[in-house]
Amino acid sequence: MASAELRLEGIGKRFGEVVALDNVSLVVERGELVTILGPSGSGKTTLLKVVAGFESPDHGSVKVDGVEIASLPPAKRNIGMMFQNYALFPHLNVRKNVAFSLEMRNTEKGEIDRRVTDALELVELAGYDERLPRQLSGGQQQRVALARAIVFNPRLLLLDEPFGALDRKLRETLQLEVRRLQQRLGLTTIFITHDQEEALVLSDRIAVMSKGAIQQIATRAEIYERPVNDFVADFVGESNIFHGVVSARNTVTLDNGRMLQVKSDATPGKRLGVLMRPERFSSSGANVFAGEVLDAIYLGASFKLRLRCESGIELLVRQPARGKLPMVAQRLTVGIDADELHLFDL
Amino acid sequence: MSRSAGFGPALPAIVFLSVIFLFPVARFLSFSVEAGNLDWYAQALGKQLYLRVLWDTFEIAALVTFFCLLLGYPLGFLIATTTHFWATVGFVLVLLPLWTSVLVRTYAWMVLLGRNGVLNRLLIDGGITTEPLPLLHNFTGVMIGMVHVLLPYMVLLIYGAVRRLDPAIVQAAQGLGASTWQTFWRIYVPLTMNGIFAGCVIVFVLSLGFFITPALLGGGRVIMIAVLIEQQVRETLNWQFAAALSAVLLAATLLVYALAQRFAREESAS
Amino acid sequence: MSGRSILIAACVAIYFFLMLPLLVVFPISLSSAPYMQFPPPGLSWQWYSRYFADPQWIDATIRSLQIGVATSVLALVLGVPLSFALVRGRFPARQLLDRLTMAPIVVPSIVYSVAIYGLFAKMKLIGEWYGLALAHTVLALPFVVLVMIAGLRDFDRALEQAAEGLGASRLQTLRRITLPILRPSLISAGLLAFISSFDEVVVALFLAGARMTLPKKMFDNILMEIDPTIAAVSVMQILLVAIVLFLMARFGRGLSATAQ
Repeated sequence: MASAELRLEGIGKRFGEVVALDNVSLVVERGELVTILGPSGSGKTTLLKVVAGFESPDHGSVKVDGVEIASLPPAKRNIGMMFQNYALFPHLNVRKNVAFSLEMRNTEKGEIDRRVTDALELVELAGYDERLPRQLSGGQQQRVALARAIVFNPRLLLLDEPFGALDRKLRETLQLEVRRLQQRLGLTTIFITHDQEEALVLSDRIAVMSKGAIQQIATRAEIYERPVNDFVADFVGESNIFHGVVSARNTVTLDNGRMLQVKSDATPGKRLGVLMRPERFSSSGANVFAGEVLDAIYLGASFKLRLRCESGIELLVRQPARGKLPMVAQRLTVGIDADELHLFDL
Repeated sequence: MSRSAGFGPALPAIVFLSVIFLFPVARFLSFSVEAGNLDWYAQALGKQLYLRVLWDTFEIAALVTFFCLLLGYPLGFLIATTTHFWATVGFVLVLLPLWTSVLVRTYAWMVLLGRNGVLNRLLIDGGITTEPLPLLHNFTGVMIGMVHVLLPYMVLLIYGAVRRLDPAIVQAAQGLGASTWQTFWRIYVPLTMNGIFAGCVIVFVLSLGFFITPALLGGGRVIMIAVLIEQQVRETLNWQFAAALSAVLLAATLLVYALAQRFAREESAS
Repeated sequence: MSGRSILIAACVAIYFFLMLPLLVVFPISLSSAPYMQFPPPGLSWQWYSRYFADPQWIDATIRSLQIGVATSVLALVLGVPLSFALVRGRFPARQLLDRLTMAPIVVPSIVYSVAIYGLFAKMKLIGEWYGLALAHTVLALPFVVLVMIAGLRDFDRALEQAAEGLGASRLQTLRRITLPILRPSLISAGLLAFISSFDEVVVALFLAGARMTLPKKMFDNILMEIDPTIAAVSVMQILLVAIVLFLMARFGRGLSATAQ
């Protein structure tokens, strides 16, 4: 397989005063899809540019299958790319767009034709050869971009928020298509996005970035259920986050005074963060919260409620949509068990 | 790789401009300083005759600018606020005269404004006047000709400024009760001021250096500084004086630009 | 009457003022009278035939065309790379370079004409067509740069990055992606340079010498006599501008690309 392993070690990059990348290290295994998830300004796009070759790092190394590529120009790196606004060549038709990389490699004409046809079939655009990009819909353009990016058997595939401009349904369809294709080809892939739902759908592993550093890199489940800090807990999924101190065995006292039953053998006195996911609440549990409904939103498959409880705690709660939607000012009690809470270091 | 696309591609153009532009101009202007003294400047700025020419030039430039603004604003405004089709038509009708040779336009005005010209013929035959109006070979003719040549520049600059205005602002004003007149004076004019300003500066500066139109339509009676410079070179062969006059003209031009920039910067700072 | 209708009426009047000279030359050029007369007594092609039959007029026209094409080519060759440097370059003297590029517009044309005349006279370049082409290129360069800069600003750099990622060298990217996509701007710039040279009078007055350009011949003609042949030439010139405008709209960047 043409696919490779990517190893980033200690990548640092600043632009003047601003630290864009702060000692970033990352290994992407052969055939794996890693999503780099983060808000704008987190450094994810800069990281992509370093891998692609459009920025050179101040220090650190970029190794593909063990070979350092930092000194190679983008043209020689054999990396497939998909851009945010497609970047299809507007003056070339679909076939010529896809064939471009092969022409740059002086591939023989018959071979080019064959491979372009195969690539277009792969993205289900067979027969669109003669069209110009402006004659295609957004989704079709993205598929052409995908075909263009993989036709030359790259070692690596980089995707820079490619679905941002598409509507929801289309986005979901294309996400699955890209994922299927990637798995089928076994192509090592890095996907950049700020949309955490997208990250959860696509990835083998997720690397959450903020302020130029990777906060956590783990599988989807790990990231969602066991975030390691405030930022990751807050950024991925909906959350209720509180800070407190271990006051006794399996007990945490929150900063606002409320005590919680937890599962932990941390030493008393240690400061911890507590994460309660909205969907983990039920009508009863080891920790009970009684409060008044502030907002109740009907989401079709579920209710999303905001509760104000005692000691000033506000909770976001998700319940499957059964029965009537609770009303504002209605009193409601929810509970959560000790092992449904997640604790993380501060 | 942070590619600083360099400086390199600019090199041929830089060399070219230095040799074919900077060098000749500098060389010429240096003639005005003969043996290290500024006699020619003294003459240019001292003698009544030449001061008159300078004054006339500025006066004409100012008047031309005024009329161009008066006529150009409505046009620029209309093109900027109409449908795509009409805007294109409007553009063509502005670009066509703009790119028609100055000579063709000036000649046409000679045909129109002469004693036996089209305009006078129509007026006399139509019984409106009995004597032909003196519209050519004088100040009036030059004014008409120059306004005609420079009007398109003003129109284009006003167009740009009006285009950049957010239509939502106008709608907001109208929704709050502003009449057409009020909307114009209190919204459009202040917010397109930079376009108005740019247009005036360009037209003024171009007027200062005008040659063809005053030469042909002025009939020797309207001496603007450019006409004087040409005379000095062609007829009197007094290169030094011509150089001094040119330096004065160039200085005036640069001064106007510099003032304009200063003013524009203050505007945007406030 | 609404404010809008007053505006439209005023504009129609102003447009009439703008178009009047252009319109008036048409009937004059078709006049059957032997001298300038309005209204023309009858219609005749005589002035057009005079123009086509006169080797001096034809020669002048061909010279102007020749110089115009040369100017266009040279201005593009120099101006396009200059524009790239101005838009994408990162070097300290960039503002200075911008000023230098626009300088030919700032310096009054009479001053430049006399200055270049002085230099070329010394170098015996008066009357040579390439001397004139060089001077016209100086004057056309700022316009070429203005058009190209507008085009480059709208250009999506991601396209070049995509090309490089796909294996194209910088030169290949330029040749196969950047320049083809910039073609409308190139065409507009080239046409603009051509027309500015073709119409140019002041420099031509000084540099053309015995063998004239079309504008110089027109100028002399106007000074000496108002022979309606000029009207015929004027009509053809207006038609030429109309053709150029059409080409620009169709193949170039479109007519809203007014930088100045």
